[in-house]
Amino acid sequence: MNGAHDMGGMDGFGKVEAEPNEPPFHQRWEGRVLAMARAMGYAGAWHIDDSRYAQETLPPPVYLAVSYYQRWALAMEKNLLARGLVTADEMAAGHALRPAKPLPRKLTADEVKAGLARSSFYRQQQGPARFKPGDRVITRNIHPQGHTRLPRYVRGKPGVVELVHGCHAFPDSVASGRGDDPQWLYTVVFDSRTIWGDDADPTLRISIDAFEPYLEPA
Amino acid sequence: MADRDHDHQHEHGSELSDTELRVRALETILTEKGYVDPAALDAIVETYETRVGPRNGALVVAKAWNDPAFRQALLEDASKAVATLGHISKIGDHLVAVENTPQRHNMIVCTLCSCYPWEVLGLPPVWYKSAPYRSRAVKDPRGVLADFGVTLPKDTEIRVWDSTAETRFLVLPMRPAGTEGWSEERLADLVTRDSMIGTGLALKPGVGQ
Repeated sequence: MNGAHDMGGMDGFGKVEAEPNEPPFHQRWEGRVLAMARAMGYAGAWHIDDSRYAQETLPPPVYLAVSYYQRWALAMEKNLLARGLVTADEMAAGHALRPAKPLPRKLTADEVKAGLARSSFYRQQQGPARFKPGDRVITRNIHPQGHTRLPRYVRGKPGVVELVHGCHAFPDSVASGRGDDPQWLYTVVFDSRTIWGDDADPTLRISIDAFEPYLEPA
Repeated sequence: MADRDHDHQHEHGSELSDTELRVRALETILTEKGYVDPAALDAIVETYETRVGPRNGALVVAKAWNDPAFRQALLEDASKAVATLGHISKIGDHLVAVENTPQRHNMIVCTLCSCYPWEVLGLPPVWYKSAPYRSRAVKDPRGVLADFGVTLPKDTEIRVWDSTAETRFLVLPMRPAGTEGWSEERLADLVTRDSMIGTGLALKPGVGQ
């Protein structure tokens, strides 16, 4: 969807301001939010792209106004409510009022080290790769209402395939509840001028990782 | 904007406590429902506060500087190469290392969210997740580098990698001159987090250490 999250190329946000000696968390609650999100992901409550989509569907003024971990908390609340894992009256009460829904598993303290390992997104190939390194492609001009990982600034643009990363779970499908629908994944490189026009920095090249359905032969 | 929220919250204590109360309530509900174990949450927080950080990545870079065979293996398949080191467990399948050269400088961003190689760099800093960085890195990377006090030669190619899938990128910065014969531990002290994102360069010996 064309939400506030899709920020590539927007102007007006100002300078990048780095904080010296930044702590991992600025407030205790930030760590709790991250930990709850990781634990619920491990439990199989939802996929990572469901978390992303829940953030993307926040109204743009909210998305832009709240902090990073506030966004995580809002997204988690949305996903809990949408799946009936927690109900609105429980949220209001601040306590459980009815029995839990079963989840595939539960993260315990002694499993945390293994439980935080990054999962693999490789999936069984459904067919041969359509493109190879060096192929000229054009990104599709799509504007789905659902989740997609094709940013606006690179839609309808010509580029060149540089790397083939194998077959991966397809976020657009996963986040709409249609399963993994595995797709080939490619690094596609663009000349800055095809994206930002003649005034663009001529030394700049930009790449995205593009799932095969985002691409057409040029 | 988002990166200033913390200051904003300090100025308006009630907003902070609203969020804090809401998060506490959420943890209470999830615990009572049996979905999460508070001790596991403690262990997760502790992991990211004390065990996962950019030193992991710095040691990878230092080894690549000292060991040509490892450098080659890292550039060919970073997940596989890093997994052989042992100090980083469970790197996952999708790490890609990209090498800076005098001709080419690499910079990593996630314009859509906050994708970042946690296993080698720890949690991303606030600026990496902020609107100014996510919006400008792909359009004006030299301007972003200037915000970090970095100026590159005008003819250096800049390659910005937008992390739009589950692939994660680690920049292999250029080795500073004057470090011949240094141990990996000593070299790793020169490898800053920002140099592995591409918003900085490795430190020069004796500078900023």
